[in-house]
Amino acid sequence: MTRSIARMALRRLAFAVPVLLVVSFALFVLAKASPFDPVERYFGVRIIGASPERVAQLRENWGVDEPVVAQYWAWLRHAVTGDLGDSLSLQQPVSEVIGDRLGWTVLLVSVGFTLALLLGLLLGTLAAWRQGSWLDRLVTGGCYTLEAAPVFWVGLAVLYVFALQLRWLPGGGVTTGSDPVSVGGVAVHMVLPVTVLAISQAPWFVLFVRQNLLESFTQDHVVGARARGLPDHLVVSGHALRTSLLPFLTLLGARLPELITGALLVETVFSWPGIARATVEAALNVDFALLGALTVMATGVVLFGNLLADVLYALADPRVALDG
Amino acid sequence: MADLTWRPAPRSRLTAASPPRAPKWRLLPSATVLAVVALVVVVVPLVVELNEQYVDLTLANRPPSAAHLFGTDELGRDVLLRCVYALRVSLTVGLVAAVISAVVGTAVGALAGAIGGWFDRLLMRLVDTIASVPHLLLGIVIVAVLRPSLTAVVVSIALTHWLTAARIVRSEVLSLRSRPFIDAAIVGGASRTQVLTRHLLPNVAPQVLLATTLMVPHAVWHETALSFLGLGLPPHAASVGNMINDAQRSLLTGGWWMSLAPGLLLVVTTLAISGVSGVWRDRLNPKRRTELTW
Repeated sequence: MTRSIARMALRRLAFAVPVLLVVSFALFVLAKASPFDPVERYFGVRIIGASPERVAQLRENWGVDEPVVAQYWAWLRHAVTGDLGDSLSLQQPVSEVIGDRLGWTVLLVSVGFTLALLLGLLLGTLAAWRQGSWLDRLVTGGCYTLEAAPVFWVGLAVLYVFALQLRWLPGGGVTTGSDPVSVGGVAVHMVLPVTVLAISQAPWFVLFVRQNLLESFTQDHVVGARARGLPDHLVVSGHALRTSLLPFLTLLGARLPELITGALLVETVFSWPGIARATVEAALNVDFALLGALTVMATGVVLFGNLLADVLYALADPRVALDG
Repeated sequence: MADLTWRPAPRSRLTAASPPRAPKWRLLPSATVLAVVALVVVVVPLVVELNEQYVDLTLANRPPSAAHLFGTDELGRDVLLRCVYALRVSLTVGLVAAVISAVVGTAVGALAGAIGGWFDRLLMRLVDTIASVPHLLLGIVIVAVLRPSLTAVVVSIALTHWLTAARIVRSEVLSLRSRPFIDAAIVGGASRTQVLTRHLLPNVAPQVLLATTLMVPHAVWHETALSFLGLGLPPHAASVGNMINDAQRSLLTGGWWMSLAPGLLLVVTTLAISGVSGVWRDRLNPKRRTELTW
């Protein structure tokens, strides 16, 4: 059993490598196709006064006039050793730019995701259990509205009410004024962005759990449990929820791209020091070294998340056919 | 002596999903809202002209009142009127991008499904690959290549959203291919092109139309997010995203109405579109009826 799961994981990893290569190569071609020349970009207005020899020297050193494939190969050779080139917009090595910011994004995303899951399970179960009640209507109606509302708009509303009007919680950054970064300070600053990210992602989980639970109420083992006279709460938690949670695992993997997108927007609203600012700067300044690295990285995370969800699914349900 | 009198069992709520409410009930409010929005967005710009350059500082930063239902912005322009114009831009971009993605998706999906074999596998691998890049990031990359502009935004949405249409069309074509009427057409001497254009495509058309409608809110959302990040439309073609981006600064000075209005309009419009397309989906795919019940 575990061996076949390991084999599936390996096969999926083997598929992830060509995907990442294709994505990075496509980004490379896109960067080359853009009308922006990195050398001109580097000099800016100073290119007028720069000596032609120096410009030519730089072109030679950077290899910008070589064929795309040769350039890509050079990039790839360096990338596997951890050298992702230099960011033109931030004048820093890309690995440094990402290293400084990634931790903050991971913190925001992981806590937000966990909260969204818990909210989804709790509210979804309650809504299904009390199907048709005012609670169910409130929860499902709220979910549809939140699904329709852009996350940054919800973020701005929360920021305005809780940080600017009520002044309960700080609304930006991770520290107040010139305070050093501390665990308590970060925890307080995290509350609003994490909550917004969680409530923007929760609707999908809530509706999914509710729907699956409602369907499982007709299944034989649930009907059987009720026929034996077990109380509702035991039937829901012990029989219905168990079987309906399996497809939930695949949803976790499928929601990852949306989660990353949501985090980008939430970070922008709350001036969170993660990768969002760097991404926007990179795009505005046509900084493909940074933008490409961030995109390839995000793709890797999505592929890995999907793999993880599938492995968990196979571990949780031995009936799953692994050779798909 | 045990009490043997019969008592009704306590009422349990663990029942199967109740049948969704009558479509009419769900259709009417959404359709009405959508019709009103469409009418306003089309008619108002014809009647009232919006001057983006207009500045009247005596009217600046007024909270909502009878004269200005959603207040005025920092230059004294009516927020509601700007919202109507912005919504028109957002909906147009969303609609155009959704149609382009539907056309691209249908072409790819139909070819993959009809030709099959290695060609199908190659195209579907491509779809999987693009699907694993987060949409907004891919959109940002495309905007970075083409520079922020209307074209860039439309291309960015179209290139990230055709995947759903391609998957739907492919699976429909695959299931249609094994039906007797296709065999009959082939036996009757129809060429590949004829089978594709006369028999397969007309039968996937309803699903494609539905997918396109469902894509519009996504496309609008994508455009709004890009514009909010400052990577979307130029200020003179302000969309809902631009407006929310602009309104951020006013929040600090207490101007909540400038952010509230555009977002609220967007939410109402999106809900109306999903409401209408939800009813439509239930009619097309009765089996999936429970998925989006209100």
